[in-house]
Amino acid sequence: MAFFEGVKMTGGYGTGPDIINSCSINVNRGEIVSILGPNGAGKSTAMKALLGLINLKSGSIAINGKDISKLSPQDRVREGISFVPQTKNVFAGMSVEENLEMGAYLREGDYQNIIDEIYELFPILKEKRNQLVGELSGGQRQQVALGRALMIKPSVLMLDEPTAGVSPIVMDELFDHIIKVKRTNVAILMVEQNAKQALNISDRGYVLVTGENRYSGTGKELLNDPRVRSSFLGG
Amino acid sequence: MDFLNAIILLLNYIFVPALTYGSQLALGAIFVTIIYGILRFANFATGDMMAFGTMVTILITWYFQSIGISLGVLPTALLAIPFAIFFMIGYMLFVDKFVFRYYRVNKSPPVQLAMVSIGVMFVTQAVVRIIIGPSDRRFFDGEKFIIKAGEFKEMTGLNEGLAIKSSQVLTIFITLILVSILFWFLNKTKTGKSMRAYSDNEDLALLSGIDPKRVVMITWIIAGILATIGGALYGLDKSFKPFTYFNNMLPIFAAAIVGGIGNPFGAFLGGYVIAFSEIFITYAYKKFFMYILPESMEPETLVQLLSTDYKFAVSFSILVIVLLYRPNGIFKGKVL
Ligand SMILES: Nc1ncnc2c1ncn2[C@@H]1O[C@H](COP(=O)(O)OP(=O)(O)OP(=O)(O)O)[C@@H](O)[C@H]1O
Ligand SMILES: [Mg+2]
Repeated sequence: MAFFEGVKMTGGYGTGPDIINSCSINVNRGEIVSILGPNGAGKSTAMKALLGLINLKSGSIAINGKDISKLSPQDRVREGISFVPQTKNVFAGMSVEENLEMGAYLREGDYQNIIDEIYELFPILKEKRNQLVGELSGGQRQQVALGRALMIKPSVLMLDEPTAGVSPIVMDELFDHIIKVKRTNVAILMVEQNAKQALNISDRGYVLVTGENRYSGTGKELLNDPRVRSSFLGG
Repeated sequence: MDFLNAIILLLNYIFVPALTYGSQLALGAIFVTIIYGILRFANFATGDMMAFGTMVTILITWYFQSIGISLGVLPTALLAIPFAIFFMIGYMLFVDKFVFRYYRVNKSPPVQLAMVSIGVMFVTQAVVRIIIGPSDRRFFDGEKFIIKAGEFKEMTGLNEGLAIKSSQVLTIFITLILVSILFWFLNKTKTGKSMRAYSDNEDLALLSGIDPKRVVMITWIIAGILATIGGALYGLDKSFKPFTYFNNMLPIFAAAIVGGIGNPFGAFLGGYVIAFSEIFITYAYKKFFMYILPESMEPETLVQLLSTDYKFAVSFSILVIVLLYRPNGIFKGKVL
Protein backbone atom coordinates (compact mmCIF):
# COMPACT_ATOMS: atom_id res chain seq x y z
CA MET A 1 0.00 0.00 0.00
CA ALA A 2 1.28 3.46 -0.95
CA PHE A 3 1.88 6.24 1.57
CA PHE A 4 -0.80 8.52 0.15
CA GLU A 5 -3.47 7.21 -2.16
CA GLY A 6 -6.83 7.95 -3.68
CA VAL A 7 -8.67 4.84 -4.79
CA LYS A 8 -11.40 4.79 -7.45
CA MET A 9 -12.44 8.38 -6.85
CA THR A 10 -15.62 9.48 -8.62
CA GLY A 11 -17.21 12.89 -8.29
CA GLY A 12 -17.64 16.43 -9.59
CA TYR A 13 -18.57 19.94 -8.58
CA GLY A 14 -21.77 20.42 -6.59
CA THR A 15 -24.64 18.64 -8.28
CA GLY A 16 -22.96 18.79 -11.70
CA PRO A 17 -21.74 15.84 -13.75
CA ASP A 18 -18.90 13.58 -12.62
CA ILE A 19 -15.59 15.11 -13.67
CA ILE A 20 -13.42 12.24 -12.47
CA ASN A 21 -14.44 8.62 -12.90
CA SER A 22 -12.98 5.83 -10.86
CA CYS A 23 -9.67 7.64 -10.83
CA SER A 24 -6.84 6.17 -8.76
CA ILE A 25 -3.62 7.92 -7.86
CA ASN A 26 -0.92 7.13 -5.34
CA VAL A 27 2.45 8.40 -4.25
CA ASN A 28 5.14 7.28 -1.80
CA ARG A 29 7.48 9.31 0.34
CA GLY A 30 10.57 10.43 -1.49
CA GLU A 31 8.85 10.02 -4.82
CA ILE A 32 7.73 12.50 -7.48
CA VAL A 33 4.58 11.48 -9.32
CA SER A 34 3.23 13.54 -12.23
CA ILE A 35 -0.33 13.73 -13.44
CA LEU A 36 -0.54 14.58 -17.14
CA GLY A 37 -3.36 14.94 -19.60
CA PRO A 38 -5.12 17.37 -21.90
CA ASN A 39 -6.77 20.57 -20.69
CA GLY A 40 -10.00 19.86 -18.89
CA ALA A 41 -9.09 16.22 -18.26
CA GLY A 42 -9.80 16.62 -14.57
CA LYS A 43 -6.24 16.80 -13.27
CA SER A 44 -6.89 19.72 -10.97
CA THR A 45 -10.16 18.17 -9.95
CA ALA A 46 -8.43 14.94 -8.96
CA MET A 47 -6.10 16.93 -6.71
CA LYS A 48 -8.98 18.80 -5.16
CA ALA A 49 -10.65 15.46 -4.49
CA LEU A 50 -7.54 14.21 -2.71
CA LEU A 51 -7.60 17.27 -0.48
CA GLY A 52 -11.35 17.11 0.13
CA LEU A 53 -12.23 20.30 -1.71
CA ILE A 54 -14.94 18.47 -3.63
CA ASN A 55 -17.28 15.79 -2.35
CA LEU A 56 -16.79 12.34 -3.77
CA LYS A 57 -19.66 10.02 -4.71
CA SER A 58 -17.46 7.01 -4.22
CA GLY A 59 -13.87 6.09 -3.64
CA SER A 60 -11.55 6.55 -0.71
CA ILE A 61 -8.44 8.45 0.28
CA ALA A 62 -5.85 7.30 2.79
CA ILE A 63 -2.58 8.57 4.16
CA ASN A 64 -0.15 6.26 5.90
CA GLY A 65 -2.88 3.63 6.14
CA LYS A 66 -5.36 6.01 7.77
CA ASP A 67 -8.62 6.66 5.95
CA ILE A 68 -9.15 10.41 5.62
CA SER A 69 -12.06 10.37 3.17
CA LYS A 70 -14.35 11.98 5.71
CA LEU A 71 -11.98 14.69 6.93
CA SER A 72 -12.37 18.38 6.03
CA PRO A 73 -9.59 20.00 3.95
CA GLN A 74 -8.24 21.76 7.06
CA ASP A 75 -8.00 18.49 8.93
CA ARG A 76 -6.19 16.93 5.98
CA VAL A 77 -3.72 19.82 6.10
CA ARG A 78 -3.19 18.89 9.75
CA GLU A 79 -2.40 15.34 8.61
CA GLY A 80 0.53 16.81 6.69
CA ILE A 81 -0.91 17.28 3.21
CA SER A 82 0.01 20.60 1.63
CA PHE A 83 -1.51 21.90 -1.58
CA VAL A 84 -0.44 24.63 -3.98
CA PRO A 85 -3.44 25.44 -6.18
CA GLN A 86 -3.15 26.25 -9.87
CA THR A 87 -4.42 29.83 -9.49
CA LYS A 88 -4.45 32.32 -6.64
CA ASN A 89 -1.80 30.37 -4.76
CA VAL A 90 -0.31 33.29 -2.80
CA PHE A 91 -1.58 36.11 -0.57
CA ALA A 92 -0.90 38.88 -3.07
CA GLY A 93 -1.52 41.73 -0.62
CA MET A 94 0.91 40.42 1.98
CA SER A 95 4.68 40.40 2.15
CA VAL A 96 6.81 37.36 1.28
CA GLU A 97 7.57 36.72 4.93
CA GLU A 98 3.91 37.05 5.91
CA ASN A 99 2.99 34.50 3.26
CA LEU A 100 5.43 32.06 4.81
CA GLU A 101 4.09 32.81 8.29
CA MET A 102 0.57 32.03 7.10
CA GLY A 103 1.85 28.71 5.79
CA ALA A 104 2.97 27.99 9.35
CA TYR A 105 -0.40 28.97 10.81
CA LEU A 106 -1.06 25.47 12.16
CA ARG A 107 2.41 25.13 13.68
CA GLU A 108 2.70 25.59 17.38
CA GLY A 109 5.67 27.44 18.76
CA ASP A 110 8.55 29.03 16.94
CA TYR A 111 8.94 28.57 13.20
CA GLN A 112 11.70 31.04 12.45
CA ASN A 113 14.10 28.16 11.74
CA ILE A 114 11.73 26.82 9.06
CA ILE A 115 11.53 30.25 7.47
CA ASP A 116 15.33 30.28 7.41
CA GLU A 117 15.33 26.87 5.73
CA ILE A 118 12.95 28.17 3.06
CA TYR A 119 15.19 31.19 2.52
CA GLU A 120 18.11 28.86 2.04
CA LEU A 121 16.12 26.92 -0.53
CA PHE A 122 14.90 30.08 -2.31
CA PRO A 123 17.54 32.80 -1.73
CA ILE A 124 15.60 35.33 -3.81
CA LEU A 125 12.78 35.24 -1.27
CA LYS A 126 15.12 36.31 1.49
CA GLU A 127 16.10 39.32 -0.56
CA LYS A 128 12.45 40.22 -1.15
CA ARG A 129 11.16 39.22 2.27
CA ASN A 130 9.39 42.53 2.94
CA GLN A 131 8.01 43.06 -0.54
CA LEU A 132 4.35 42.51 -1.39
CA VAL A 133 3.96 39.23 -3.23
CA GLY A 134 1.63 40.87 -5.74
CA GLU A 135 4.64 42.91 -6.87
CA LEU A 136 6.88 39.89 -7.59
CA SER A 137 7.50 38.22 -10.93
CA GLY A 138 5.57 35.08 -11.84
CA GLY A 139 8.51 32.79 -11.13
CA GLN A 140 9.20 34.40 -7.78
CA ARG A 141 5.55 34.12 -6.92
CA GLN A 142 5.64 30.38 -7.63
CA GLN A 143 8.56 30.12 -5.21
CA VAL A 144 6.52 31.92 -2.56
CA ALA A 145 3.63 29.53 -3.19
CA LEU A 146 5.96 26.56 -2.83
CA GLY A 147 7.56 28.07 0.26
CA ARG A 148 4.21 28.66 1.91
CA ALA A 149 3.21 25.05 1.31
CA LEU A 150 6.48 23.79 2.78
CA MET A 151 6.08 25.72 6.03
CA ILE A 152 4.03 22.98 7.71
CA LYS A 153 6.76 20.46 6.88
CA PRO A 154 4.30 18.38 4.89
CA SER A 155 4.66 14.69 4.27
CA VAL A 156 2.66 15.06 1.05
CA LEU A 157 3.06 18.04 -1.26
CA MET A 158 0.57 18.52 -4.09
CA LEU A 159 1.51 21.03 -6.78
CA ASP A 160 -0.93 22.10 -9.47
CA GLU A 161 1.17 23.36 -12.40
CA PRO A 162 4.05 24.79 -10.36
CA THR A 163 5.82 26.00 -13.52
CA ALA A 164 2.84 27.67 -15.19
CA GLY A 165 3.89 30.84 -16.95
CA VAL A 166 7.58 30.80 -16.07
CA SER A 167 10.55 30.90 -18.42
CA PRO A 168 12.42 27.67 -19.24
CA ILE A 169 15.34 28.66 -17.02
CA VAL A 170 13.13 29.37 -14.03
CA MET A 171 11.25 26.17 -14.77
CA ASP A 172 14.49 24.20 -14.47
CA GLU A 173 15.24 26.01 -11.22
CA LEU A 174 11.81 25.21 -9.83
CA PHE A 175 12.19 21.56 -10.79
CA ASP A 176 15.57 21.57 -9.03
CA HIS A 177 13.89 22.89 -5.93
CA ILE A 178 11.19 20.26 -6.18
CA ILE A 179 13.84 17.55 -6.40
CA LYS A 180 15.50 18.99 -3.29
CA VAL A 181 12.20 18.80 -1.47
CA LYS A 182 11.72 15.22 -2.59
CA ARG A 183 15.12 14.33 -1.08
CA THR A 184 13.77 15.39 2.31
CA ASN A 185 11.48 12.36 2.09
CA VAL A 186 8.34 14.22 1.03
CA ALA A 187 5.79 12.56 -1.26
CA ILE A 188 5.27 14.92 -4.21
CA LEU A 189 2.32 14.82 -6.55
CA MET A 190 2.25 17.33 -9.35
CA VAL A 191 0.17 18.29 -12.35
CA GLU A 192 2.25 19.56 -15.24
CA GLN A 193 1.76 20.87 -18.75
CA ASN A 194 5.48 20.68 -19.49
CA ALA A 195 5.08 16.94 -19.73
CA LYS A 196 8.52 15.94 -21.00
CA GLN A 197 10.46 17.88 -18.40
CA ALA A 198 8.08 16.74 -15.69
CA LEU A 199 8.45 13.10 -16.65
CA ASN A 200 12.22 13.51 -16.69
CA ILE A 201 12.28 14.26 -12.99
CA SER A 202 9.35 12.02 -12.07
CA ASP A 203 9.59 8.55 -10.64
CA ARG A 204 6.15 7.70 -11.97
CA GLY A 205 3.35 9.33 -13.91
CA TYR A 206 -0.33 9.06 -14.73
CA VAL A 207 -2.05 10.19 -17.89
CA LEU A 208 -5.62 11.24 -17.23
CA VAL A 209 -8.19 11.58 -20.02
CA THR A 210 -11.78 12.66 -19.36
CA GLY A 211 -11.37 11.94 -15.69
CA GLU A 212 -10.09 8.38 -16.08
CA ASN A 213 -6.67 6.81 -15.77
CA ARG A 214 -5.51 6.18 -19.32
CA TYR A 215 -1.83 5.29 -18.98
CA SER A 216 0.48 4.94 -16.05
CA GLY A 217 4.04 3.84 -15.44
CA THR A 218 7.48 5.06 -14.54
CA GLY A 219 8.65 8.34 -15.98
CA LYS A 220 10.88 6.53 -18.48
CA GLU A 221 8.18 4.13 -19.60
CA LEU A 222 5.75 6.95 -20.33
CA LEU A 223 8.41 9.00 -22.10
CA ASN A 224 9.17 6.06 -24.37
CA ASP A 225 5.61 4.85 -24.86
CA PRO A 226 4.73 5.67 -28.52
CA ARG A 227 1.02 6.16 -27.74
CA VAL A 228 1.76 8.64 -24.97
CA ARG A 229 4.39 10.33 -27.12
CA SER A 230 2.13 10.87 -30.09
CA SER A 231 -0.92 12.11 -28.24
CA PHE A 232 0.50 13.95 -25.22
CA LEU A 233 4.14 14.73 -25.68
CA GLY A 234 3.87 16.20 -29.14
CA GLY A 235 5.72 13.55 -31.18
CA MET B 1 -1.05 90.43 13.12
CA ASP B 2 -3.82 90.12 10.60
CA PHE B 3 -2.03 87.20 9.13
CA LEU B 4 -1.91 85.48 12.53
CA ASN B 5 -5.57 86.24 13.02
CA ALA B 6 -6.34 84.63 9.68
CA ILE B 7 -4.45 81.50 10.66
CA ILE B 8 -6.19 81.25 14.01
CA LEU B 9 -9.49 81.70 12.24
CA LEU B 10 -8.80 78.75 9.96
CA LEU B 11 -7.52 76.63 12.84
CA ASN B 12 -10.60 77.37 14.89
CA TYR B 13 -13.24 76.90 12.21
CA ILE B 14 -11.65 74.42 9.82
CA PHE B 15 -8.65 72.56 11.08
CA VAL B 16 -9.68 71.49 14.57
CA PRO B 17 -13.31 70.68 13.69
CA ALA B 18 -12.25 68.78 10.55
CA LEU B 19 -9.65 66.78 12.41
CA THR B 20 -12.30 65.85 14.97
CA TYR B 21 -15.02 65.07 12.47
CA GLY B 22 -12.48 63.18 10.32
CA SER B 23 -11.54 60.98 13.27
CA GLN B 24 -15.18 60.14 13.86
CA LEU B 25 -15.68 59.30 10.19
CA ALA B 26 -12.45 57.31 10.12
CA LEU B 27 -13.65 54.94 12.83
CA GLY B 28 -16.89 54.34 10.96
CA ALA B 29 -15.06 53.90 7.67
CA ILE B 30 -12.68 51.32 9.14
CA PHE B 31 -15.73 49.48 10.47
CA VAL B 32 -17.28 49.44 6.96
CA THR B 33 -14.05 48.42 5.29
CA ILE B 34 -13.26 45.58 7.67
CA ILE B 35 -16.73 44.08 7.32
CA TYR B 36 -16.43 44.43 3.56
CA GLY B 37 -12.93 42.99 3.40
CA ILE B 38 -13.63 39.95 5.50
CA LEU B 39 -17.34 39.22 5.31
CA ARG B 40 -17.52 40.64 1.80
CA PHE B 41 -20.64 42.76 1.98
CA ALA B 42 -21.48 46.44 2.35
CA ASN B 43 -23.00 46.78 5.80
CA PHE B 44 -25.81 49.30 5.58
CA ALA B 45 -26.50 48.90 9.27
CA THR B 46 -23.22 50.67 10.08
CA GLY B 47 -24.76 54.00 11.06
CA ASP B 48 -27.47 52.47 13.19
CA MET B 49 -25.11 50.05 14.85
CA MET B 50 -23.06 53.09 15.85
CA ALA B 51 -26.24 54.71 17.16
CA PHE B 52 -26.99 51.57 19.14
CA GLY B 53 -23.52 51.61 20.70
CA THR B 54 -23.91 55.26 21.59
CA MET B 55 -27.33 54.64 23.12
CA VAL B 56 -25.91 51.92 25.36
CA THR B 57 -23.10 54.28 26.36
CA ILE B 58 -25.66 56.94 27.25
CA LEU B 59 -27.80 54.59 29.30
CA ILE B 60 -24.79 53.41 31.29
CA THR B 61 -23.62 57.02 31.69
CA TRP B 62 -27.03 57.95 33.13
CA TYR B 63 -26.82 55.03 35.50
CA PHE B 64 -23.38 56.09 36.70
CA GLN B 65 -24.56 59.67 37.13
CA SER B 66 -27.60 58.51 39.09
CA ILE B 67 -25.43 56.67 41.60
CA GLY B 68 -23.03 59.56 41.81
CA ILE B 69 -20.06 58.20 39.89
CA SER B 70 -18.20 60.73 37.77
CA LEU B 71 -14.78 61.26 36.27
CA GLY B 72 -14.40 64.84 37.46
CA VAL B 73 -13.23 67.02 34.60
CA LEU B 74 -13.60 64.18 32.10
CA PRO B 75 -16.98 63.07 30.76
CA THR B 76 -18.56 60.17 32.65
CA ALA B 77 -19.24 58.55 29.29
CA LEU B 78 -15.57 57.55 29.09
CA LEU B 79 -16.19 55.24 32.02
CA ALA B 80 -19.33 53.87 30.37
CA ILE B 81 -17.70 53.12 27.01
CA PRO B 82 -15.89 49.91 28.07
CA PHE B 83 -19.14 48.44 29.38
CA ALA B 84 -20.98 49.53 26.27
CA ILE B 85 -18.31 47.85 24.15
CA PHE B 86 -18.91 44.54 25.89
CA PHE B 87 -22.61 44.89 25.28
CA MET B 88 -22.12 45.82 21.63
CA ILE B 89 -19.80 42.89 20.98
CA GLY B 90 -22.56 40.69 22.34
CA TYR B 91 -25.04 42.42 20.05
CA MET B 92 -22.81 42.00 16.99
CA LEU B 93 -22.24 38.31 17.67
CA PHE B 94 -25.95 37.85 18.30
CA VAL B 95 -26.90 39.47 14.99
CA ASP B 96 -24.26 37.46 13.19
CA LYS B 97 -25.40 34.17 14.69
CA PHE B 98 -29.07 34.68 14.00
CA VAL B 99 -28.98 36.70 10.79
CA PHE B 100 -25.75 36.89 8.79
CA ARG B 101 -24.43 33.40 9.49
CA TYR B 102 -27.22 31.73 7.58
CA TYR B 103 -26.38 33.61 4.39
CA ARG B 104 -22.68 33.12 4.82
CA VAL B 105 -23.06 29.37 5.25
CA ASN B 106 -25.23 29.25 2.15
CA LYS B 107 -22.63 31.28 0.27
CA SER B 108 -25.20 33.92 -0.69
CA PRO B 109 -24.00 36.60 -3.10
CA PRO B 110 -22.76 39.87 -1.52
CA VAL B 111 -25.78 41.78 -2.80
CA GLN B 112 -28.06 39.53 -0.81
CA LEU B 113 -26.02 40.07 2.35
CA ALA B 114 -26.14 43.82 1.76
CA MET B 115 -29.94 43.60 1.51
CA VAL B 116 -30.01 41.58 4.71
CA SER B 117 -27.96 44.30 6.39
CA ILE B 118 -30.65 46.79 5.40
CA GLY B 119 -33.09 44.62 7.32
CA VAL B 120 -30.75 44.66 10.31
CA MET B 121 -30.54 48.42 9.92
CA PHE B 122 -34.32 48.85 10.18
CA VAL B 123 -34.59 46.61 13.21
CA THR B 124 -31.65 48.28 14.96
CA GLN B 125 -33.09 51.69 14.18
CA ALA B 126 -36.45 50.70 15.61
CA VAL B 127 -34.94 49.27 18.77
CA VAL B 128 -32.95 52.45 19.36
CA ARG B 129 -36.04 54.61 18.90
CA ILE B 130 -38.13 52.44 21.17
CA ILE B 131 -35.57 52.49 23.94
CA ILE B 132 -34.25 56.05 23.90
CA GLY B 133 -36.48 57.89 21.44
CA PRO B 134 -35.65 59.91 18.33
CA SER B 135 -34.86 63.23 20.01
CA ASP B 136 -31.57 65.05 20.35
CA ARG B 137 -29.62 64.28 23.52
CA ARG B 138 -26.49 65.68 25.06
CA PHE B 139 -24.63 63.50 27.49
CA PHE B 140 -21.38 65.39 27.81
CA ASP B 141 -20.47 66.35 31.35
CA GLY B 142 -17.21 67.48 32.93
CA GLU B 143 -15.07 70.36 31.73
CA LYS B 144 -16.28 71.49 28.32
CA PHE B 145 -13.31 73.54 27.09
CA ILE B 146 -9.59 73.09 27.23
CA ILE B 147 -9.03 76.57 25.82
CA LYS B 148 -11.88 79.05 25.67
CA ALA B 149 -11.99 81.61 22.88
CA GLY B 150 -12.05 84.51 25.37
CA GLU B 151 -9.11 83.23 27.36
CA PHE B 152 -7.14 82.69 24.19
CA LYS B 153 -7.76 86.28 23.09
CA GLU B 154 -6.66 87.59 26.43
CA MET B 155 -3.56 85.42 26.45
CA THR B 156 -2.41 86.32 22.95
CA GLY B 157 -3.96 89.71 22.42
CA LEU B 158 -5.31 88.60 19.04
CA ASN B 159 -8.75 89.48 17.72
CA GLU B 160 -9.58 85.91 16.86
CA GLY B 161 -10.10 83.36 19.59
CA LEU B 162 -9.19 79.71 19.39
CA ALA B 163 -11.57 77.47 21.28
CA ILE B 164 -10.62 73.87 21.80
CA LYS B 165 -13.28 71.63 23.29
CA SER B 166 -12.24 68.72 25.42
CA SER B 167 -14.48 66.47 23.32
CA GLN B 168 -12.36 67.38 20.29
CA VAL B 169 -9.10 66.55 21.97
CA LEU B 170 -10.57 63.34 23.39
CA THR B 171 -11.86 62.31 19.97
CA ILE B 172 -8.53 62.82 18.23
CA PHE B 173 -6.53 61.28 21.05
CA ILE B 174 -8.71 58.18 21.46
CA THR B 175 -8.96 57.67 17.68
CA LEU B 176 -5.19 57.74 17.28
CA ILE B 177 -4.69 55.26 20.11
CA LEU B 178 -7.43 52.94 18.90
CA VAL B 179 -6.29 53.00 15.30
CA SER B 180 -2.65 52.41 16.31
CA ILE B 181 -3.67 49.37 18.32
CA LEU B 182 -5.81 48.11 15.46
CA PHE B 183 -3.02 48.44 12.89
CA TRP B 184 -0.55 46.87 15.26
CA PHE B 185 -2.98 43.97 15.67
CA LEU B 186 -3.58 43.54 11.94
CA ASN B 187 0.06 43.86 10.90
CA LYS B 188 2.03 42.32 13.72
CA THR B 189 0.03 39.59 15.45
CA LYS B 190 -0.58 36.13 14.10
CA THR B 191 -4.35 36.45 14.46
CA GLY B 192 -4.37 39.83 12.76
CA LYS B 193 -2.30 38.56 9.88
CA SER B 194 -4.58 35.57 9.51
CA MET B 195 -7.49 38.00 9.14
CA ARG B 196 -5.66 39.85 6.39
CA ALA B 197 -4.83 36.53 4.75
CA TYR B 198 -8.49 35.49 4.88
CA SER B 199 -9.52 38.77 3.32
CA ASP B 200 -6.81 38.51 0.66
CA ASN B 201 -7.45 34.95 -0.50
CA GLU B 202 -10.11 33.02 1.34
CA ASP B 203 -9.45 29.64 -0.29
CA LEU B 204 -5.73 29.72 0.35
CA ALA B 205 -6.39 30.84 3.94
CA LEU B 206 -8.53 27.74 4.43
CA LEU B 207 -5.78 25.61 2.86
CA SER B 208 -3.32 27.10 5.33
CA GLY B 209 -5.52 25.96 8.21
CA ILE B 210 -6.92 29.37 9.18
CA ASP B 211 -10.21 28.89 10.99
CA PRO B 212 -12.90 30.98 9.26
CA LYS B 213 -15.21 30.93 12.32
CA ARG B 214 -12.54 32.55 14.43
CA VAL B 215 -11.80 35.17 11.78
CA VAL B 216 -15.49 36.06 11.54
CA MET B 217 -15.85 36.26 15.31
CA ILE B 218 -12.88 38.59 15.72
CA THR B 219 -14.18 40.72 12.87
CA TRP B 220 -17.43 41.31 14.75
CA ILE B 221 -15.56 41.99 17.97
CA ILE B 222 -13.55 44.70 16.22
CA ALA B 223 -16.78 45.98 14.68
CA GLY B 224 -18.37 46.24 18.13
CA ILE B 225 -15.43 48.21 19.48
CA LEU B 226 -15.33 50.60 16.51
CA ALA B 227 -19.09 51.12 16.45
CA THR B 228 -19.28 51.97 20.14
CA ILE B 229 -16.24 54.23 20.32
CA GLY B 230 -16.88 55.92 16.97
CA GLY B 231 -20.54 56.53 17.83
CA ALA B 232 -19.93 57.69 21.39
CA LEU B 233 -17.18 60.13 20.37
CA TYR B 234 -19.44 61.65 17.74
CA GLY B 235 -22.26 61.95 20.27
CA LEU B 236 -20.00 63.51 22.90
CA ASP B 237 -18.66 66.06 20.46
CA LYS B 238 -21.93 66.99 18.81
CA SER B 239 -25.04 65.39 20.21
CA PHE B 240 -26.82 62.07 19.99
CA LYS B 241 -29.68 61.98 17.55
CA PRO B 242 -30.35 58.59 15.94
CA PHE B 243 -31.26 60.07 12.57
CA THR B 244 -27.93 61.89 12.30
CA TYR B 245 -26.14 58.59 12.66
CA PHE B 246 -28.12 57.17 9.79
CA ASN B 247 -27.22 60.23 7.69
CA ASN B 248 -23.56 59.93 8.55
CA MET B 249 -23.41 56.70 6.62
CA LEU B 250 -22.96 58.66 3.40
CA PRO B 251 -19.69 60.36 4.43
CA ILE B 252 -18.59 57.14 6.13
CA PHE B 253 -19.07 55.04 3.01
CA ALA B 254 -17.48 57.79 0.95
CA ALA B 255 -14.45 57.69 3.26
CA ALA B 256 -14.20 53.90 2.98
CA ILE B 257 -14.40 54.03 -0.82
CA VAL B 258 -12.00 56.95 -1.16
CA GLY B 259 -9.53 54.89 0.85
CA GLY B 260 -10.06 51.84 -1.33
CA ILE B 261 -12.71 49.55 0.09
CA GLY B 262 -11.13 46.73 2.08
CA ASN B 263 -8.09 48.82 2.97
CA PRO B 264 -8.27 49.90 6.65
CA PHE B 265 -5.44 52.40 6.47
CA GLY B 266 -7.04 53.94 3.39
CA ALA B 267 -10.35 54.18 5.24
CA PHE B 268 -8.59 55.92 8.11
CA LEU B 269 -7.10 58.55 5.80
CA GLY B 270 -10.33 58.67 3.80
CA GLY B 271 -12.17 59.88 6.91
CA TYR B 272 -9.98 62.98 7.01
CA VAL B 273 -10.16 63.53 3.25
CA ILE B 274 -13.96 63.64 3.44
CA ALA B 275 -14.08 65.74 6.61
CA PHE B 276 -11.62 68.34 5.34
CA SER B 277 -13.31 68.56 1.93
CA GLU B 278 -16.72 68.96 3.51
CA ILE B 279 -15.62 71.71 5.86
CA PHE B 280 -13.34 73.46 3.35
CA ILE B 281 -16.13 73.69 0.84
CA THR B 282 -18.90 74.76 3.19
CA TYR B 283 -16.91 77.32 5.18
CA ALA B 284 -17.62 81.02 4.60
CA TYR B 285 -14.26 82.65 3.97
CA LYS B 286 -15.38 86.27 4.13
CA LYS B 287 -13.69 87.03 7.44
CA PHE B 288 -10.54 85.22 6.35
CA PHE B 289 -10.23 87.43 3.28
CA MET B 290 -10.95 90.52 5.37
CA TYR B 291 -7.82 89.72 7.35
CA ILE B 292 -5.48 88.97 4.50
CA LEU B 293 -6.66 91.34 1.75
CA PRO B 294 -6.31 95.12 1.77
CA GLU B 295 -9.50 96.93 2.69
CA SER B 296 -10.26 97.94 -0.89
CA MET B 297 -10.47 94.32 -2.00
CA GLU B 298 -12.68 93.04 0.77
CA PRO B 299 -15.28 90.59 -0.47
CA GLU B 300 -18.90 91.56 -0.32
CA THR B 301 -20.35 88.09 -0.30
CA LEU B 302 -19.80 85.31 2.27
CA VAL B 303 -17.30 83.59 -0.06
CA GLN B 304 -18.86 80.26 0.69
CA LEU B 305 -18.69 77.65 -2.06
CA LEU B 306 -21.64 75.68 -0.77
CA SER B 307 -24.14 76.22 2.00
CA THR B 308 -23.72 73.87 4.96
CA ASP B 309 -27.20 72.55 4.26
CA TYR B 310 -25.68 70.82 1.26
CA LYS B 311 -22.66 69.36 3.03
CA PHE B 312 -23.68 65.83 2.10
CA ALA B 313 -23.42 66.81 -1.55
CA VAL B 314 -19.66 67.04 -0.97
CA SER B 315 -19.30 63.43 0.17
CA PHE B 316 -21.63 62.37 -2.56
CA SER B 317 -19.65 64.15 -5.27
CA ILE B 318 -16.36 62.77 -3.98
CA LEU B 319 -17.92 59.32 -3.93
CA VAL B 320 -19.05 59.60 -7.54
CA ILE B 321 -15.76 61.06 -8.75
CA VAL B 322 -13.69 58.40 -7.00
CA LEU B 323 -15.91 55.60 -8.27
CA LEU B 324 -15.60 56.92 -11.81
CA TYR B 325 -11.87 57.64 -11.90
CA ARG B 326 -10.18 55.67 -9.12
CA PRO B 327 -12.56 52.85 -8.19
CA ASN B 328 -9.83 51.20 -6.11
CA GLY B 329 -9.38 54.26 -3.95
CA ILE B 330 -6.88 57.07 -4.05
CA PHE B 331 -4.29 55.46 -1.82
CA LYS B 332 -2.00 52.66 -2.80
CA GLY B 333 -1.14 50.00 -0.31
CA LYS B 334 -2.04 46.87 1.49
CA VAL B 335 -5.57 45.70 1.20
CA LEU B 336 -6.88 44.18 4.38
N1 LIG C 1 -15.23 25.02 -9.87
C1 LIG C 1 -15.75 24.31 -10.88
N2 LIG C 1 -17.09 24.16 -10.99
C2 LIG C 1 -17.64 23.43 -11.99
N3 LIG C 1 -16.93 22.81 -12.92
C3 LIG C 1 -15.60 22.90 -12.88
C4 LIG C 1 -14.93 23.66 -11.85
N4 LIG C 1 -13.60 23.58 -12.04
C5 LIG C 1 -13.44 22.81 -13.13
N5 LIG C 1 -14.62 22.38 -13.64
C6 LIG C 1 -14.81 21.54 -14.81
O1 LIG C 1 -14.16 20.31 -14.57
C7 LIG C 1 -13.51 19.86 -15.74
C8 LIG C 1 -12.09 19.50 -15.42
O2 LIG C 1 -11.42 20.65 -14.95
P1 LIG C 1 -9.98 20.60 -14.30
O3 LIG C 1 -9.69 21.95 -13.78
O4 LIG C 1 -9.89 19.47 -13.37
O5 LIG C 1 -9.09 20.31 -15.59
P2 LIG C 1 -7.52 20.19 -15.70
O6 LIG C 1 -7.24 18.81 -16.14
O7 LIG C 1 -6.86 20.64 -14.47
O8 LIG C 1 -7.25 21.17 -16.90
P3 LIG C 1 -6.08 22.24 -17.12
O9 LIG C 1 -4.93 21.50 -17.68
O10 LIG C 1 -6.66 23.17 -18.12
O11 LIG C 1 -5.78 22.89 -15.81
C9 LIG C 1 -13.63 20.96 -16.78
O12 LIG C 1 -14.60 20.56 -17.73
C10 LIG C 1 -14.13 22.15 -16.02
O13 LIG C 1 -15.07 22.86 -16.77
MG1 LIG D 1 -5.80 22.30 -13.90
